Amino acid sequence: MADVTFTVDGKQITAPAGTLLIEACKTAGIEIPAFCYYPGLSLQAACRMCVVRIEKMPKLQTACTTPVAEGMIVYTETPDIAQARKATLQLLLGNHPLDCPVCDAGGECELQDMTFKYGAADSFYAEPKNHREEQKWSPVVYFDRPRCILCYRCVRMCGEGMDVFALGIQNRGSSSVIAPNVPAHMSPDDLAHVDCEQCGMCIDACPVGALTSGTYRYKTRPWEMNHVATICTHCGDGCKTTLGVRSTSDGSEIVRGDNRDKSGINGDFLCNKGRYAFDFANHEDRITQPLVRQPNGELKPVSWEVALDHVGSKLRALRDTRGGKSIGVIGSNRITNEEAYLLQKFARTVLGTNNIDHHRTADYVSFAQSLAGHTGRTASLNDTLKAPAILLVGGDPTNQSPATAWNLRTDVRLNRARLYVANSEEIKLRRQAKAFVQLAPFGYNAFAAYLAGDNAAAASAASDSNALSAFRDAVKAEENLLILIGSELRGAELKKLIDFGLTIPGAKFALLSDYVNSRGAADMGLLPDMLPGYMPVGSPSDLATEYAVPNEPGLDMLEMFDSAGRGNLSALYIVGSNPVARYGIDPASLKDTFIVVQDMFLTETAALADVVLPAANLYEKSGSVTNSYGDLQQVNKAGDRAGVRSDFEMIVRIADKIGADMRKLVPFGKGLRADMGQSRGAQSGEADRHAVWLTANNLEPRLSPFDAFAILDEIQRLVPGYNILRLQLLSGNDQHLSPVAPTPLVQIGTRRDQVLPANDSLFTSGTLGRFSTMLGDLQQNEAQRLIQIQTAAD
Amino acid sequence: MSTVANTIFSPELAARFDHLVTIYPLSRSALVPMLLYAQDEIGYVSDAAVAEIAQRLDLVELEVRNVLSYYSMLRTKPAGKYNVQVCTNISCMLRGGYKILDHCKETLGIGHKQTTPDGVFSLEEVECIGACCWAPAMQINYDFHEDLTPEKVDVLFQMYRDGQGKDVK
Repeated sequence: MADVTFTVDGKQITAPAGTLLIEACKTAGIEIPAFCYYPGLSLQAACRMCVVRIEKMPKLQTACTTPVAEGMIVYTETPDIAQARKATLQLLLGNHPLDCPVCDAGGECELQDMTFKYGAADSFYAEPKNHREEQKWSPVVYFDRPRCILCYRCVRMCGEGMDVFALGIQNRGSSSVIAPNVPAHMSPDDLAHVDCEQCGMCIDACPVGALTSGTYRYKTRPWEMNHVATICTHCGDGCKTTLGVRSTSDGSEIVRGDNRDKSGINGDFLCNKGRYAFDFANHEDRITQPLVRQPNGELKPVSWEVALDHVGSKLRALRDTRGGKSIGVIGSNRITNEEAYLLQKFARTVLGTNNIDHHRTADYVSFAQSLAGHTGRTASLNDTLKAPAILLVGGDPTNQSPATAWNLRTDVRLNRARLYVANSEEIKLRRQAKAFVQLAPFGYNAFAAYLAGDNAAAASAASDSNALSAFRDAVKAEENLLILIGSELRGAELKKLIDFGLTIPGAKFALLSDYVNSRGAADMGLLPDMLPGYMPVGSPSDLATEYAVPNEPGLDMLEMFDSAGRGNLSALYIVGSNPVARYGIDPASLKDTFIVVQDMFLTETAALADVVLPAANLYEKSGSVTNSYGDLQQVNKAGDRAGVRSDFEMIVRIADKIGADMRKLVPFGKGLRADMGQSRGAQSGEADRHAVWLTANNLEPRLSPFDAFAILDEIQRLVPGYNILRLQLLSGNDQHLSPVAPTPLVQIGTRRDQVLPANDSLFTSGTLGRFSTMLGDLQQNEAQRLIQIQTAAD
Repeated sequence: MSTVANTIFSPELAARFDHLVTIYPLSRSALVPMLLYAQDEIGYVSDAAVAEIAQRLDLVELEVRNVLSYYSMLRTKPAGKYNVQVCTNISCMLRGGYKILDHCKETLGIGHKQTTPDGVFSLEEVECIGACCWAPAMQINYDFHEDLTPEKVDVLFQMYRDGQGKDVK
């Protein structure tokens, strides 16, 4: 829309016509206070805090509902405005308890800030305050009724933002109250509860301490914590979560997770896992000492030096006697890019094996290969918020990648985006969809074929062929379509869908996966047949030539366990993964294999290990991760636990104990060879390519082999597509990266399909989720609710 | 939406509801009339009625409860057979509305929003019922009684007790 110019407090401001005055002022750096206004939600004008004086208008106007107009003259801070705001505060404080010293929101409370600013210390009200006991609506949501100022933010957040509608407003006037959707008289325990997704967005939106979080309430004060913004370890969206940490006798404990500054890729949103499920870090079952299996079969705590010596000498002996190909390595979906890269480099160059894999939760190899030769075709998570049209095939973002679902709902609500959903299940996002077609079970292949023009495939794609044909026509008529693909589509059928999408002008793609660095693990080459950047093993690449990688593709995850069962696997090195439980491996098949496990807990896999090394989790280390979409973000160290070490450090230490050339593994110091003045760039054949690259990019060499940035430098140098912007990374912003895979030599789909979706719900998160007490409580809460519904139905 | 298989309402009311949801541009506009009709038939808005109305309008039950709790004429608990609503708004107040209300309280032995133990009468103090010209006035169910005096009220109550009062719905 056309711009209009108006004056606020004597300052000329220009903004597009239709902008709300409060937003235009915010953009211009003029703050207008408001309790009920929340950007992106419907307007309420309930609190009257944002009143301003507009010339030629008779009374004070609410800035949150007034669109800017040409020539408007506005005053935001005059004595009469201050008086009006003060009067509003006096009314709000009429029944608001002054329990700020114990209130969770104390120090972070908008009502407190406003009272401080406008000084409504005197009250005209002598009536006693009407107290009500606090209510526990769920394990994570508590409600303190007298603190509520009835701004309706939570009601709108839950209904409009989350599409859950678990909160409402009941009664009228001064007896109005926020009410949850399970009223007390219908609840078996006679207490009101919420039946919802437990995302905690209502708590986040609450300007006061009326809604408080079960994990944080009454634990500490905001100013007693250090706040560290990092990336959530759970799903593939990679939201920024700010962890509040506090010193303890054995490290640094995470007390709170929230979306404090809303500066991340997730904008306003954070789900229950990002908000509450950090507590695995404080779980009492955590291993804090290395464990080595004794001849009597017991795991005994030993010192780090003893454990690492044992691992190093044993791995060296097995490599030298039985060959590198007898050793397998399994990586993780939750380690940083630097760790994943280092792990595959360690496997390939130190152990001399391509037997490396990870739990794959989406087929990124086929995804990258299908898009080979196309640029600008991969979508960022940011695109889900702005795309004019979206096609979602497979997946269930509401449960598996909640930020994606939030963005899609917001895009539909605010931008009237057209959402097309094709799924074999009636997923919740169909409620926002312009068109929904329910596919037959396993009908994705037929659906992809049908979209591409194979009309014969209609029958096996969906039962309703008319709906299917209308759906295809609508999708084909779109431009700049964002195509989100669930992990159900793999190999040839994934390629089929992408090939169809490539016929749509401006279409962009994303493949959804399950964990924070599932995409990074694939990008970094935790694969038996692909080097980092989807360079096939055996084909010429900088990495292959530089590090003399074995030419034969290695064993994949299942082949490694088969090999172990035949007694051919001498050693297995597992970093942050629980394949024994995930793939249902028979423990007996591993009896002749030397197993080293790096993990936080004694998982099913760790319980079988010969050496267990206590690992730090993602919240206790620094580095970078890549979300499902290919958005790279920085991970910052928040928590700390005495006794544990990062996977990066452990890999380096083990390599050192094996006797590897450390400068080759981690490029630190001034390069491999001293430069005596003879070298003349990379062409001389003598120079250290990394040192030359660092000089050319004006970067300093890293001083320590434990510095993950040394590996980040190498990733940037050697992994195609990882053209990292340092400022963007280090300032905590996201940046979108696209893999630049070479066109595949073999047909896509001939690789063995090893994708095993984690199928996590809102309240599970793989093995890690089992050690989160809060997720356990939420599962129990959910189960009880289902039992109640069942009982009521009977 | 609209038609419901196992309705808790009478066939006539169910048919009326089926029609009601079709006549508004937004079907949820039918919510308030539905609540009123449901209350007239059942005597109050029960949980089952809330559930069925939510189903008919494709709303969550919470939204129905939000509206239901806003209006004081909608009840979630049964009232007596005859609901006595005494007006104490300005015209009635000036002409002795409170005297009538006090008299009712005394004779029936119940207070505002209460029901007699035999379930025959319930009492409510209400705002203007639009009968100012004949104040003080009260409404028993949907039937108006005007120019009241305590004596007239006694006669009225006896009539209703004897089953001779009008029972307009």
